[in-house]
Amino acid sequence: MSNIRTRNLNDQNLDELIALCPFNAIEKDAQSGLAINAGCRMCRICLKRKPDVFYLAEAAPAPRINKQEWQGLAVYVEQQNGSIHPVSLELIGKAREMAAKTGQQVFCLLACEKSAGLPEQILAYGVDKVFVYEHPELRHFRIEPFTAVFADFISRVKPSGVLVGGTSIGRSLAPRVAARFKTGLTADCTILDINASTDIDQIRPAYGGNIMAHIQTPNHRPQFATVRYKIFNAPEKTEPWGTVEFCQIDAAALKSAIEVLEIRPKEKVRSVEDAEVIVVAGKGIKKEADLKMIYELSDALGAMTAGTRPLIEQGWFDPRLQIGLSGRTVKPALIITCGVSGSVQFAAGMQGADHIIAINNDPGAAIFSLAHYAIVGDLYQVVPSLLEKIRKGGALV
Amino acid sequence: MKILVCIKQVPDSTRVDIDPETMTLKRGGVDSKINPFDLFAIETAVKLKEKHNAQVCSISMGPPQTEAAIRETYMLGVDEGILLSDRNFAGADVLATAYALSQGILSTGLPDLIICGRQTTDGDTGQVGPEIAEFLNIPHVAYVRNIVSSDEKGMVLEMDMPETIEVVRINFPFLMTVEKGIFQPRLPSFKRRLASKDRPVRRLTLADMPDSQPENYGLKGSPTQVIRIFPPASPTTHEIWKDAPEVLADKIYSKLSELKFL
Repeated sequence: MSNIRTRNLNDQNLDELIALCPFNAIEKDAQSGLAINAGCRMCRICLKRKPDVFYLAEAAPAPRINKQEWQGLAVYVEQQNGSIHPVSLELIGKAREMAAKTGQQVFCLLACEKSAGLPEQILAYGVDKVFVYEHPELRHFRIEPFTAVFADFISRVKPSGVLVGGTSIGRSLAPRVAARFKTGLTADCTILDINASTDIDQIRPAYGGNIMAHIQTPNHRPQFATVRYKIFNAPEKTEPWGTVEFCQIDAAALKSAIEVLEIRPKEKVRSVEDAEVIVVAGKGIKKEADLKMIYELSDALGAMTAGTRPLIEQGWFDPRLQIGLSGRTVKPALIITCGVSGSVQFAAGMQGADHIIAINNDPGAAIFSLAHYAIVGDLYQVVPSLLEKIRKGGALV
Repeated sequence: MKILVCIKQVPDSTRVDIDPETMTLKRGGVDSKINPFDLFAIETAVKLKEKHNAQVCSISMGPPQTEAAIRETYMLGVDEGILLSDRNFAGADVLATAYALSQGILSTGLPDLIICGRQTTDGDTGQVGPEIAEFLNIPHVAYVRNIVSSDEKGMVLEMDMPETIEVVRINFPFLMTVEKGIFQPRLPSFKRRLASKDRPVRRLTLADMPDSQPENYGLKGSPTQVIRIFPPASPTTHEIWKDAPEVLADKIYSKLSELKFL
């Protein structure tokens, strides 16, 4: 129940007060005049606007949990066919950062059919202890056995916080385990930090990224958070110091009502709307053969290549690869435009991209007004030079 | 076969502004609608109803005006609806929301199949479905993009994983979350609207729950607390780079590495 209460209602215009709430959570009440209904999302707007009327009732303090009993930060290491998902390494990096602040240890949970070599790989990123569950039932991800293993790990280790990659698996598994322990889960955090009381400061976007919320789990343990891939940085490898513990679990706990019939690679025909990275060729490209360097750049970035209307009309691209009002509207994480002038029609189809890098030799090109990085230069020189750098950079790793 | 669809009423637009002085949500339009992702869950249920002659029920939690969203599901082919509405349910986070819904479901009897959309457009978490399944002690399958087959005992489903399509067989009862595009949602039918105009929406309050302890619901039953909300840092980056081609290439390379695209 919302702990917002009302007072001093006598001289107030109730309809105005009701109109304060963006969620229609204030309603008339025969007894007390006004009441807060189930729509309340604790946005506190009423408290800020009318503090003389709305106030927070002091809730009877819930019994405090003993946070000393919950120590260390745990990372769920996701693996498929013997390779570790890179988001797990990024989470290890963040867990180590936070653990260093509170003097805690970093643990990892690995559940798989055969762990061969994986625990050692994990230890190389500076983890204190890897808990490994090996069982034939853990061959494919199915919710019941993986939840059982996760729950066994938590009961055994009692970590203060648990980080899970915001992958298809993580977003299915983390809420399930959090519910089993009746504890809090904050999905898709973009910022994580920890305070002295081991409470994790979790910051996440909501309303399609239009607002950010700072969330804590002050009186429940463990604190669950999921984080998407490529939000944090993977740590450098280090001389390992941690240990590995192989854990046993009752086979009966690994039973599942789900039978995996088939796992097949996804068909590669993607639509340009789904692409995370797009490289766009514009009419600064003089002839069709010159598209080769654009495709090379796309390959290096794992991107899709698309075109502007003039190039579609030349027949250089499939019309499904046209970006703009008369083509497709895209919202990728990154878009690089090469020789695109940036007509209003084109801009309308791509200005929602998170990062826009525009290469054009005309300093007055309209595309530059919406680009985050406006590169004034000849694409025939800049793109080959960039490809050369990528090739060399790749060779160094 | 009994099918239950979980829906949420969300603000009509995700365009919310924050008052820079008070750091609270600015009052936007009060228009609301069914969470768009839930339309795919409703359509999936209605398709299964047409095939298996199933009974489809929608359930939601929210203030009394959420009844409008339940009524809308009637126009889409849902047979009955349940609304959990009680002041004690207010301020619920993922856990308290999933717990209340699971209690509401238990009080009306466990269906064969529960369908949820992949996420909402306001909270954006996509975590309530799996938590409901946990509280009901039934398995769940997430990211369902296609129903390969269905019979009285269970279903064969395709899950949309990042690199692969996973095909699984699962027996009832279970919960699934469906992807956008599993079926094309139908439009509300005027005929059904007329036919359902007197159909009641069943209202459940705390007293109807098997567990009627108020501290397990709403804000009190929520382990997570919102400390504050604030506007995202606006991406105001606008840099103009003029330099020799090699230097420009170098700068682009560094930027792409920094942003983790390389």
